[in-house]
Amino acid sequence: MPAIPTMTDAALPAPARGPGLIGRLMSGKTGPVLVVSLVLIAFWYVMTVYMNADWAIQQFERKNVDWSFGDLVTATMEQKRPQLPAPHQILAELEKSVLDRKVTSKRSLIYHAGITLSSTMLGFLFGTVLGILLAVGIVHQRTMEKSMMPWVICSQTIPILAIAPMIIVVLAAIGLRGLVPKAFISMYLCFFPVAIGMVKGLRSPDLLQLDLMRTYSASRWTVFWSLRWPSAMPYLFTSLKIGIAIALVGAIVGELPTGALGGIGSRLLAGSYYGQTIQIWAALLAAAVLAGLLVSAVGLVEKLVYRRMGVQS
Amino acid sequence: MSSVDADSAPRRVIDTDKLSLTFQTADGPVYALSDVDLKVDHGDFVSFIGPSGCGKTTLMRVIADLEKPTGGSITVNGVSPEEARLNRDYGYVFQAPALYPWRNIERNVSLPLEIMGYSKSERQARAKEYLALVNLDGFERKYPWQLSGGMQQRASIARALCFDPELLLMDEPFGALDEIVRDHLNLQLLRLWDQTKKTVVFVTHSIPEAVFLSTKIVVMSPRPGRIIDIIETDFPRERELDIRETPEFLEVAHRVREGLRAGHSYDD
Repeated sequence: MPAIPTMTDAALPAPARGPGLIGRLMSGKTGPVLVVSLVLIAFWYVMTVYMNADWAIQQFERKNVDWSFGDLVTATMEQKRPQLPAPHQILAELEKSVLDRKVTSKRSLIYHAGITLSSTMLGFLFGTVLGILLAVGIVHQRTMEKSMMPWVICSQTIPILAIAPMIIVVLAAIGLRGLVPKAFISMYLCFFPVAIGMVKGLRSPDLLQLDLMRTYSASRWTVFWSLRWPSAMPYLFTSLKIGIAIALVGAIVGELPTGALGGIGSRLLAGSYYGQTIQIWAALLAAAVLAGLLVSAVGLVEKLVYRRMGVQS
Repeated sequence: MSSVDADSAPRRVIDTDKLSLTFQTADGPVYALSDVDLKVDHGDFVSFIGPSGCGKTTLMRVIADLEKPTGGSITVNGVSPEEARLNRDYGYVFQAPALYPWRNIERNVSLPLEIMGYSKSERQARAKEYLALVNLDGFERKYPWQLSGGMQQRASIARALCFDPELLLMDEPFGALDEIVRDHLNLQLLRLWDQTKKTVVFVTHSIPEAVFLSTKIVVMSPRPGRIIDIIETDFPRERELDIRETPEFLEVAHRVREGLRAGHSYDD
C-alpha cells in the first residue's frame, strides 16, 4: 500500500524536516500568541497618535514652529498628561513606581497592590464561605430556596458603586473601618457566583448515584460529604475563578468612596484628581496583572485538588 | 454443599401479595404494577423478564424500597422493605456501574463499608477479597475511567457484595455490554451465586440470559405491569454456556417467548 505513506508525508507540516525559528514558533502556541499581542500593541500606538494629535498640534501652533509628521508622532508620545498614554510611557511609569521604589513606600505600586490584595483575599474568603453556606442551605431546604433565592438575585441588580458607600457608612457606624468594610464589598460581589455555581454543583449527582446512597441507608451528612461535595468540585472552581476576579473589582471599588489612603483604587482616584493619565493606566495594568495572577492561582489549586482526587482532567 | 442446603430449609426472602403501584402523573394514573404475587426463596436465582415498560424495574425498586407500593403487601426477609433497607439486607446493582469517579476502585468497592462503619483494615481486606472474586485483582489503585465498561460493572458487583448481603438485586446489569462480555459475566455471576449461596433477583430483557441464569423466570407484561407466567427450571447449579444448545434449554426459552407474546398487546 504505497499510497498511505505518501499521504502521511504530504500531511506533515512543511517545517518538520529542518524547522527554522519562525516555523517552530508558529507550530506551537507561542507564535500565534506573540503575533496577536504585537498586533494589539501596534493598534494601541496608532490610537495614541490619533487621540493625542489635537493637543500636540495646538502646542506646535502656539509656539509657531513648523512641524513634520515625524515630529507629531514623537510629540504625541511625550506628553505629560496624554489622553491615551503610549505603552512605553506606562511601562516607564511602572518601572518608576514598582522597581525604583521600596515596597514599603507609599509611592510604590506594589505597596498599593498589597493593600488591595489583602482586602480582596479577605472578601474572597468571606464570599466563598457565604456562597457555599447559602448553596448548602438552598439544596437541603426547599423553603430556603424560595425565601433566599430572590434576595440573592436582587442583591446583584444593585450597582455596586451605589451600594458601596452605604456599606462603608453602615459598617463605620458600628465601628468597622479599614480592611473589613472593603472586604465586605468584595464579599457582596463574590458570594453570588459561588452560591449559584454550588447550588448547581451540589445538585449535579445523577439519580443513580443518589439511589445507590439510599440503598445503603446513608445519612444526609454522608450523602453530602461522600457524593454531593466531591461532585460539586468542578462547579466550585469555575465559580471561584469568577469570584476572585470580581472580588478584586469589589476591593478597588471599595477604595474609591472611602478616600482610602492606600490601594489600587486610591491610586486611580488620585490619578483622576490630578489628570495623571499615565498613573491611572499604570494602576489599571497592575490591577489586570493582579487579577490574572489570582485566577491562575485558583486554577493551580484546582489542578492540585483534581490530581489528589484522581479525576482525569 | 448438600449439607448447607439441608441445614437451611428454603426460607422465604421475598413475599408479595396483590402488590400494586400506580403513579399519579399529569396525564392521569399510570398502572406500573398490578396484583403482583411473587414468592422468592433463599438461594433462588429469579429473573424478571418482559418488554420495557412492563414494571420489572419498578418491582425491583419496590423490593429495594426505592419506590413505595400503593396497594397490596410485601415483605423482604420477613420485614417491610424499608426495614430491610435500614438493615442493609440487600446489595443493589444498577444498569450503569455508578462508580464515583474521584474514588479509586478499592475505595469505590469499600464505599458501603465506609458508610456502615467498618474499620480501615477490614475495608481493605474485604475490597481485596471481593475484587478477586470478580477477577479484578490488581486494579485496586486504578480509577474508574481507566477500566473498560465490563470491568466497571464487575467492580460495581463487588461493591454490592462486599458487605455480604444475602440478597442481591441486579437491574439489567449487563444491558449495556456486548454479547461476548455479557456471556463471560453471566458465567462468572453463576459461579458467584453457586459459591456464595446468595439469593439473586435479576432484571433482563434477554430471553437466553434469563433462561441460562435462573432457577425461576418471572414473565411480565405491560400496562398494567403484571406477572403472566412463572417458569421453574432445573438446570444443574454448575452449568456451561453449551447448555444453551440443549433441547431442554430451547424448550424453556420457547415457553418464555410464548408468554411474552401472549402478554404483549399490539393495540397501542
